[in-house]
Amino acid sequence: MADQDGVYQVLQPSGKLKAGAKPALDDEFVLEGLRWMLLSRAFDAKATALQRQGKFGVFSPVLGQEAAVVGSALAFDPRIDWLVPQYRELPAYLIWGLPLRNHILTLSGNPVAGRIPDDVKLLPTQVALAAQLPHAVGIAWGLQIQGREGAVLTYFGEGASSEGDFHEACNLAGVVKAPIVFFLQNNQWAISTPRAYQSAAAHFSDRAAGYGFEGRVVDGNDLLAVYEVTREAVERARRGDGPTLIEAVTYRMSFHNTTDNPSRYQPPEELEEARLLDPIERVEAYLRERGLWSVEREKEMKQAAAEEIEAAIAEAQQAPPPQPSQIFDNVFAELTPRQAAQRDEMLGRSGDDG
Amino acid sequence: MAELTIIEAIRAAIQGEMERDERVMVLGLDVGRLGGVFRTTDGMIEKFGRSRVFDTPLAEASIVGSAIGLAISGMIPVAEIQFLGFTHQAFHQMGDQLGRFRYRSRGRYPLPITVRAPMGGGTKTPEFHPDAIEAQFVQSPAIKIAVPSNPYDAKGLLIEAIRDPDPVLFIEPERLYRKGRAEVPDDDYRVPFGKARIVREGDDLTLIGWSAAVEVCEQSAAKLAEQGIQAEVIDLRTLVPLDVETLVTSVTKTGHCVVVHEAPLSAGFGAEVVATLQQEAFYALDAPIARVASFDTPYPPASLETAWLPSVGRVVSAALRTVKA
Repeated sequence: MADQDGVYQVLQPSGKLKAGAKPALDDEFVLEGLRWMLLSRAFDAKATALQRQGKFGVFSPVLGQEAAVVGSALAFDPRIDWLVPQYRELPAYLIWGLPLRNHILTLSGNPVAGRIPDDVKLLPTQVALAAQLPHAVGIAWGLQIQGREGAVLTYFGEGASSEGDFHEACNLAGVVKAPIVFFLQNNQWAISTPRAYQSAAAHFSDRAAGYGFEGRVVDGNDLLAVYEVTREAVERARRGDGPTLIEAVTYRMSFHNTTDNPSRYQPPEELEEARLLDPIERVEAYLRERGLWSVEREKEMKQAAAEEIEAAIAEAQQAPPPQPSQIFDNVFAELTPRQAAQRDEMLGRSGDDG
Repeated sequence: MAELTIIEAIRAAIQGEMERDERVMVLGLDVGRLGGVFRTTDGMIEKFGRSRVFDTPLAEASIVGSAIGLAISGMIPVAEIQFLGFTHQAFHQMGDQLGRFRYRSRGRYPLPITVRAPMGGGTKTPEFHPDAIEAQFVQSPAIKIAVPSNPYDAKGLLIEAIRDPDPVLFIEPERLYRKGRAEVPDDDYRVPFGKARIVREGDDLTLIGWSAAVEVCEQSAAKLAEQGIQAEVIDLRTLVPLDVETLVTSVTKTGHCVVVHEAPLSAGFGAEVVATLQQEAFYALDAPIARVASFDTPYPPASLETAWLPSVGRVVSAALRTVKA
């Protein structure tokens, strides 16, 4: 089902199935995927507004990449599998079981109350680009050594794939045949640096060959195609056949983060073109064609998303604010005497009275 | 009780921990079939198999980075970096990642990881191998740093490191690896972190060192004794945590102090020791504290290294200047 340029696609931008394509997701699942995508987009709008009001810190929207994130995450089983994120994959964290409240607390600078719950197999978001990739390999390898079930999904962008950690992680994963899926979101922009400046390779997924495992390139704005390709990769991992590198070709339809101004570098016509490939509209058109989507249904789902977000914000506001003494929490299992003395000094106590 | 070299003591510690707890594993370059470039893991792959004694690809960042994931998955990794100088190629996975996971996950992901690496010059290794860059890691506030100088401490501190619920950088004195033997108990025992060792007692002067510099301090103390000066020699054992109390007690008694280390002088860990002592023991000092370190130049070619490293001669003359000040 590959296009001329090798990019796997199931749904055309119009929402019509490609000739001969059979969707691997049943309708109910597609609706579930759409629900996550709409929630993600609504949250992007809300979070951007709150950041502009000074209530959230710097924020990186998913906008335009919802199919890539949701389609890949839905192919895993969060009860046994691990998610090792970068930072632009909110709906995947929610699919894994992170309460939206916790993410909001992290964005508003209160990670203390936003700690990842113990039963959610998710690592904290990673600001150091590609640094999470060796961690993800280590988890997958550790599951394998211990004979435990489970595979690992890790996200990163085409920019991060220029980092040395990407190479080292893929190389090690290939050697140990780690049960892992490297999911590269090629959103065409690393802040202002265009895709062509990151690599001379035709596709980032081509690099997989150099590590001795499978590489696939998929239309990242096609929920059904992303799901299908990721599902195959998960099955490969579960069979013990090792890693897969998936490149999802998508487009960052918003800023890199709230400090960024894409009008300085992004050609407006390119953004217009990308909007015609909107991943949400594609799924909506597909479902409409199947008689499963209507103006009412859309209104209902968007309303439900808005309510979920408002409820999570309200819940986050109930969390206790972080206290200065928490600066010293979780440094070590036990503070060193010197750290303890510094904490006491900060709290205005003498070292003697502890 | 057997007489062991430092290499043998380290091997005994790792082997004992691997027998005790099947989650303990070793990974690094050449740790398997070769038994490590210094043979610290000799015989282990035969005993524990390749999944627990793993020859990794030649890539330091992914040795440390994958150890982080291995720990999160439930293993207790002991990662070997062949030389401390090579940790520069893993630095971002150490300070930024290894030393922050418990913190950035708010306690969800503690990392019981030991990263072992030999340090120091005097063996005519090629460039980068001998670099004493221990102080760089002190600025990563959530990594403990052990710096043993002898076989007994090497075993006891390494057992302590492997059982520590937090990451430990375990720096081994390369030059002393096979230099002499000492009695080491057969059983396991732990040398606690943050307790310096008084190697030799004395009333006139305190000499402070760690890793291979402790040997230089001991030899200097012997020379000084010939001139009637009794030096107290203190081995820090760990840089993080730092045993301030033992240092203050000694300097309060002697009133004179020289700190010795192999790293270049400026911003070496000696600066931290001196700053701490002037804060905590200023009025007990009879003279400014001196530092004897390597010079603020890149590590010289092997044929010049003895002129660069802190020597007994330099320590003795610094001690005499201090005592006579």
